[in-house]
Amino acid sequence: MKNNVKRELPAELMAALNYKGFESTDIGHPDIQRVAPKVHVTTGEDKVVDSIVDVVKATVKDGMTISFHHHFRNGDFVFNQVMRAIIDEGIQDLTLAPSSLTGIMNDMVVEAIKAGTVTNITSSGMRGSLGDFVSHGGLKNPVIFRSHGNRARAIEHGDIKIDVAFLGVPNADKLGNANGMAGKAVFGSLGYALMDAQYADQVVLLTDNLATYPNTPASIKQTQVDYVVKIDQVGDPDKIGSGATRFTKDPKELKIAQTVNDVIVNSPYFKNGFSFQTGSGGAALAVTRYLRQAMLDNQIKASFALGGITKPTTDLLAEGLVDKIMDVQDFDRGAAESMQSNPNQQEIDASWYADPDNKGAMVDQLDVAILSALEIDTDYNVNVMSGSDGVIRGAIGGHQDAATAKLTIISAPLVRGRLATIVPAVTTVVTPGDSIDVVVTEYGIAINPQRQDLIEALSHVPGVPVYTIDQLQQLAEKKVGTPKPLEFTDRTVAMIEYRDGTIIDTIKEVKD
Amino acid sequence: MEIKTTAIAGTLESSDIQIMLMAGQDGIQIDLESDVIKQFGNQIKQVITTTLQQLNIDNVKVRAVDKGALDCVIKARTIAAAQRALAQTTPAWEVL
Repeated sequence: MKNNVKRELPAELMAALNYKGFESTDIGHPDIQRVAPKVHVTTGEDKVVDSIVDVVKATVKDGMTISFHHHFRNGDFVFNQVMRAIIDEGIQDLTLAPSSLTGIMNDMVVEAIKAGTVTNITSSGMRGSLGDFVSHGGLKNPVIFRSHGNRARAIEHGDIKIDVAFLGVPNADKLGNANGMAGKAVFGSLGYALMDAQYADQVVLLTDNLATYPNTPASIKQTQVDYVVKIDQVGDPDKIGSGATRFTKDPKELKIAQTVNDVIVNSPYFKNGFSFQTGSGGAALAVTRYLRQAMLDNQIKASFALGGITKPTTDLLAEGLVDKIMDVQDFDRGAAESMQSNPNQQEIDASWYADPDNKGAMVDQLDVAILSALEIDTDYNVNVMSGSDGVIRGAIGGHQDAATAKLTIISAPLVRGRLATIVPAVTTVVTPGDSIDVVVTEYGIAINPQRQDLIEALSHVPGVPVYTIDQLQQLAEKKVGTPKPLEFTDRTVAMIEYRDGTIIDTIKEVKD
Repeated sequence: MEIKTTAIAGTLESSDIQIMLMAGQDGIQIDLESDVIKQFGNQIKQVITTTLQQLNIDNVKVRAVDKGALDCVIKARTIAAAQRALAQTTPAWEVL
């Protein structure tokens, strides 16, 4: 069977897992029944425990689903300690359902799979040794990849039923009131973890900073928490994000950023009260700088900035060029500190951010989204998940979700080394071409033919050559040559959900 | 042409290729390391082989470490390494 982005899906597996193929980016207006967690009633006097092993023994059983958040990124000290205890207890057959998996967790996950402790994984992404292990068939059951908004949807639906959530926090009081802003290893918004705190049957907080009761502001509340574990250190502050944000000097990235800015400024959306989301890459950070100047020059202010927040964006807030920041995640210390000091930087959970099955998510209100890509094809489909060798090395993040913006711009170099970024067909479809409006490269832009209004608005911008996507693809191929097609086995190692829970593509085991 | 000395050209910077030529007896033998070996391995070897043949080098051991170089770069580095390996002071212009 083929879905609506022309991907052949494995019929047997689709039936076994009760999946439908991707049809449309239109969510419609279905009526949804959400689930509710089980509550073990307590007055809260006995929540504090000293030992991870004791809390693992009390909570985790064979066959359960456990979760973590990835707000500490590569500075995470919580995941590996908890997983060590779980593996050593000999627990089997767990489903691992973190908001995402970062590099520091890779080796522990591989060990847990080999020990039979983990037999299913759902995540936003994976990279490095774990991606390699899974792509070579190391996990029997396929990994399910979900965007941040889709993870929220899946938790609310009960598709992901979390039995125990282990959530590291830089502060918490004895009953579990906690936030991500104060303490040693601060990361700002707890956006992704708030879903786990709200929907898991058992919530275990781990902290190195037991605050005086009652601890405020409380992002995670005492009404949600079963245990508070005191540990030595929850994370390495230096590895959570970059201390000082780097402004790229790469002329190619600057050219791309400048062109992205030209596209935004000449679009019908650049007017007072517009909203935008940028990523954290070098080009995205540079876009924010160009956009700042354009906003000053044209006396235009934004109503809100959304998504993963960096210091250049919080600088716009401080300067009054942006009214509000709706903050699901902070990528650097500057952004995390700003959240503590500036009341106009609102912490939002993943459901509020991007859940499609909602009474209105922030992404539905978004005007402009600037996103990156590993590959884009001539149908405008985007891959952010598998490398050019077919191996898993990426994450959906909020890509599918933010791409529903009114103007979705993909910024990417035409070629990376010897690899074309614009290709006849992407290795893995993550975000459907229907969501993508403009592709920006250092050579020029391509506009999705579905957007005649943008073709008219952007066809005569000085210094911005407009090509068809086929022309850009041919230009790339002329430079690098025609690659030999990748070889895969028939075995499915991962399935990519679209944000509505249908299957947009699968990843097969690589043949070496 | 005989390889007179082991010679090297190119760097390990991205988009470059480092080519090392050593004396050999058994045709053109290429040991290639590349991140894009799955997609472009054959083509990289083909460019190196053709360039060496044009320079009349028939017996040589090649060690190539590719960092995503384009064909023109691979050819240029191969010619430079060959010129050094043959201890030539002027390029073989007719091949360029």
